[in-house]
Amino acid sequence: MILGRSFEDMCAQMYYRGKMFGFVHLYNGQEAVSTGFIKLLKREDSVVSTYRDHVHALSKGVPARAVMSELFGKTTGCCRGQGGSMHMFSKEHNLIGGFAFIGEGIPVATGAAFSSKYRREVLKEADCDHVTLAFFGDGTCNNGQFFECLNMAALWKLPIVFVVENNLWAIGMSHVRATSDPEIWKKGPAFGMPGVHVDGMDVLKVREVAKEAIGRARRGEGPTLVECETYRFRGHSLADPDELRDPAEKARYAARDPITALKKYMIENSLASEAELKAIEKKIDEVVEEAVEFADESPHPSRSQLLENVFADPKGFGIGPDGRYRCEDPKFTEGTARV
Amino acid sequence: MFGIVRQKISAGGSPLLAFGQRIRPAVSAWRGYSSAAKEITVREALNTALDEEMSADPKVFLMGEEVGEYQGAYKISKGLLDKYGPERVLDTPITEAGFTGIGVGAAYHGLKPVIEFMTFNFSMQAIDHIINSAAKSNYMSSGQISVPIVFRGPNGAAAGVGAQHSHCYASWYASCPGLKVLAPYSSEDARGLLKAAIRDPDPVVFLENELLYGETFPVSAEVLDSSFCVPIGKAKIEREGKDVTITAFSKMVGYALKAAEILAKEGISAEVINLRSIRPLDRDTINASVRKTNRLVTVEEGFPQHGVGAEICASVVEESFGYLDAPVERIAGADVPMPYAANLERLAVPQVEDIVRAAKRACYRSVPMAAAA
Repeated sequence: MILGRSFEDMCAQMYYRGKMFGFVHLYNGQEAVSTGFIKLLKREDSVVSTYRDHVHALSKGVPARAVMSELFGKTTGCCRGQGGSMHMFSKEHNLIGGFAFIGEGIPVATGAAFSSKYRREVLKEADCDHVTLAFFGDGTCNNGQFFECLNMAALWKLPIVFVVENNLWAIGMSHVRATSDPEIWKKGPAFGMPGVHVDGMDVLKVREVAKEAIGRARRGEGPTLVECETYRFRGHSLADPDELRDPAEKARYAARDPITALKKYMIENSLASEAELKAIEKKIDEVVEEAVEFADESPHPSRSQLLENVFADPKGFGIGPDGRYRCEDPKFTEGTARV
Repeated sequence: MFGIVRQKISAGGSPLLAFGQRIRPAVSAWRGYSSAAKEITVREALNTALDEEMSADPKVFLMGEEVGEYQGAYKISKGLLDKYGPERVLDTPITEAGFTGIGVGAAYHGLKPVIEFMTFNFSMQAIDHIINSAAKSNYMSSGQISVPIVFRGPNGAAAGVGAQHSHCYASWYASCPGLKVLAPYSSEDARGLLKAAIRDPDPVVFLENELLYGETFPVSAEVLDSSFCVPIGKAKIEREGKDVTITAFSKMVGYALKAAEILAKEGISAEVINLRSIRPLDRDTINASVRKTNRLVTVEEGFPQHGVGAEICASVVEESFGYLDAPVERIAGADVPMPYAANLERLAVPQVEDIVRAAKRACYRSVPMAAAA
């Protein structure tokens, strides 16, 4: 959680210094959800995220330097600078995107869960019990793809957990102003799956609910819908003036900061001392500093990278008469971009 | 949506009869095959290609509306449910965005989904997943996530189904990097290209034509072999000629061949190119042909603006400008949503006589005015 918070704070600084560009959506305030869920996963389990994906990537184990470097648009980034803030991928860590459109990630996540079931039942890979977590927000729960996938995931008993990070605001649209019945978790039972509501500002409570839901998916008992009530401490993106949210509401949630709450809990229960927690913070600061230095020093992608990776074979344009892939540049960009 | 299915059933698999014009491949195009060549329909070609690829690779599965118990709205998946079971032939709810995205997610994890759209018109509900989730992921992930998926179904104008069900999406999908876009004409194309599409490691949009499903074409023993595959990105010269080049894809290849027959009687030798692959586009074959004939007529059913013909024209102007002896003639669907009335519908899609007329114009022959509807 501390890594997530301090990484995102650094992103804001770097954005304002012009080191990163475009849309940058920060996760501050919601850390208990990412940590509470993703830290229970195995490497083979998949995570599908949204445009607010930096911290999901970090929780899944993608090194901070690779995420920071991606944000800087450098070739050492987790997608060599071809993805960007909203499109974090790491095949190694089974982080399968960063989806920038509302609802787009949900079917893809459902498909990832489908592939686990297919591997087990059709390809007879008996040990394939991989679980997929789909993260999305309250705004997405009014989008049709959410309902389409709740239906199919329950119908086919897919190993997936739908994690709603209900931060109460879709940019400037209040959840209660957009949703006929604001209790999202109730939509689970409507599709024949458990729906659970949890305090998304309390990492231990999130973890408890996550354990149950992930276990259920892993045992082949089907999907769960979990609504985590949380709050983002910053605007929708760094370009959002954030003028519509009531300061009193912000203060109320700031007082429930999940990191402060966990610290208090640990000290009160003698699980850690003040000094130990300070040491963790110091260590994390060093990791983030190092990530920035690494990203800063890394090279920009070379010109030749522009045309790579359009297809699976970097130069592949189909199967030739010999049954192998043709490797010819169709020269589409001659005259438009010299590469 | 279901109206279509019923209509097809009552038409007994010969929807062409309703269209009032049967298209036959020009005999000359099949000179290479022995007289004993077998004939199969495009429907059989697609069905056997799917069957063989599913049999060869357990990672291949078929998903879509009515593909299983109903045997496919157009019976392309006939018999596959019995053979491969409901785990590999999945009947989905009516939810294009949902099941298309699910297919893409499964492809991320190495499965090879074949997603059937009952018609490509319904792919509009899922275009976000075709473009944003499928076509762009390999690039955005810097080659980490490839998406071996096929999106297939009937595309283009059918007969009497009105504007929302009669639309060619070839140029839409062909404008998007990361996609491969194929449009088969004959049974050979259908078999070879579908097998290539399923084996391909990238997302392929496979545009079939409802009115061709029942058409029969002769096929060689080679085409019927389970290893048969047609290269993606390579056009086929269906008929050689020296006076004018006609490019076409899907159903329009049949029209172009028919036009070539008529032109031949009037002393014009037309070369007919079946594009097969809209993206990648076989610019080499097109330009080589134009350099030989010095004249070009492009034919497509889709809308003219920013269409496939526009791209072909641009390519020829860029690469073979000096060889052109006449302005390029571009034949396309009328620039209007498809009308329902049969006489208006006929006017809205290219006809054989339109191709003949354009080819003659390109050859500077005198052309009578088009007859009024």
